[in-house]
Amino acid sequence: MQDLGIRVLIEGNNLYRLMGGLLITIRIAIISAIISILFGIPFGIVMTSKNKLVRFVCRTYLEAVRIIPVMVWLFIFYFGVPKLTGIHIAGDVVSVIVFSIWGTAEMGDLVRGAVTSLPKHQKESGKAIGLTNLQIYSYIIIPQSIRRLLPGTINLVTRMIKTTSLVVLIGVVEVLKVGQQVIESFVLQSPSASFWVYGFIFFLYFIICYPISLFARKLELRWKE
Amino acid sequence: MKKFSKFVPLAIALVLIVGALTACVSQSSNTKSSIDRIKEYGKVRIGVFSDKPPFGYVDSNGEVQGYDVYLARRIAKDLLGDESKVEFVFVEAANRVEYLQSDKVDIILANFTVTDERKKLVDFALPYMKVSLGVVSPNDNVITDVSQLKGKKLIVNKGTTADIFFTKNYPDIELLKYDQNTEAFQALLDGRGDALAHDNTMLFAWAREHEGYTVGITSLGGQDTIAPAVKKGNTELLNWLNEELKELGKENFMHKNYEETLRPFYGDSINPDDIVIEPGT
Repeated sequence: MQDLGIRVLIEGNNLYRLMGGLLITIRIAIISAIISILFGIPFGIVMTSKNKLVRFVCRTYLEAVRIIPVMVWLFIFYFGVPKLTGIHIAGDVVSVIVFSIWGTAEMGDLVRGAVTSLPKHQKESGKAIGLTNLQIYSYIIIPQSIRRLLPGTINLVTRMIKTTSLVVLIGVVEVLKVGQQVIESFVLQSPSASFWVYGFIFFLYFIICYPISLFARKLELRWKE
Repeated sequence: MKKFSKFVPLAIALVLIVGALTACVSQSSNTKSSIDRIKEYGKVRIGVFSDKPPFGYVDSNGEVQGYDVYLARRIAKDLLGDESKVEFVFVEAANRVEYLQSDKVDIILANFTVTDERKKLVDFALPYMKVSLGVVSPNDNVITDVSQLKGKKLIVNKGTTADIFFTKNYPDIELLKYDQNTEAFQALLDGRGDALAHDNTMLFAWAREHEGYTVGITSLGGQDTIAPAVKKGNTELLNWLNEELKELGKENFMHKNYEETLRPFYGDSINPDDIVIEPGT
């Protein structure tokens, strides 16, 4: 029986289905990550504002996203919104929306951290030589904070890729769910199926996430020079 | 599943609150009859499991199969005239009620056990299956009565009906609890426990694949029934479904379903009447 385990992966369309699931995982994660970074950077800069009201609104948004689990957000958008408005949003679109809301908040906080961690004199020097606020940000603050941002951003992106496994609860069949379907349909014939299927999925997640870390390390090295 | 299961109640609570706040607003829009809406859409949306063989699962070719699915296809045929006019929506145990309440499926056919709590949330049609607990044990030390379990180790899955039943009714039996089916059955094979309690249907299928093990107790505790469910208040579809199920009961459809989908899993040693209910009979 043991020898059957690995065969589960290539039986019928299983491999093709697993890859299809992986594609859905990657698509949701990458689109959300791009949106998060695009919106997160301006949001982070807004968060450094001295205006109390602006800071309060940003803080509320950030804390709401942090306190309420991603799964609950998925439920609210997928099951709650149709009840409220009668508008049905497709599961994968809901996933992208929720992951972007979550990512933008987290990314914003990373940016805020990176910007405020820069020594105060950087900004003051800019002002002293007569640069406008926009110039200060685009020539001094943002280029320097991007370097400090990188590790946190990579961490966020890989976390997003892994958290996509939650979207199955709103009916999006991603790689992990396909894996479970495969395992369960072989649970009687081949008890070791779970080892091979989960092992393979581990490998898939690894080959997505590892190049991202590798790329980040390279980038960091280059910027050091 | 385990790690998010603690969030599920919170999620459901929030959605319920939102739903309750707006129940009065959305009521007015549904003037069209529910069956007309299905016909207009051209497909009946049925929620099934995708990883619970032999009831609802996806085979190696990516086709959805099983006892629930077989019935779903027949319902589509009788409602819309074609077996293929069904849209299968894959649901999880934790979100079946939500799918009905938010109008994302018309019918749930996902091994939905009828309970009093669920009756408050959805409307159940006539049952088409029954399930109770069973106990499987090795042939050389077969357990045929609960009294034989005293002082022995019984394997159960955490949080299942088996766990709840034995904790409540037989607190003196020592329980070995596992999260996953695979772990629990492996523990029995390794001899870490003397017997294993689970849904009898699951045990029949397992015992067939593993020589030297018998389901000594085939039905224990209260018997639960499994029925299709529709959204609460959708009486039109509910009535249609009940009529349909009665017709199917007359032609012994569920036994035919058993032969097609369950016998390959359970083998010949099981009496179909232990599992199958012909609705309305």
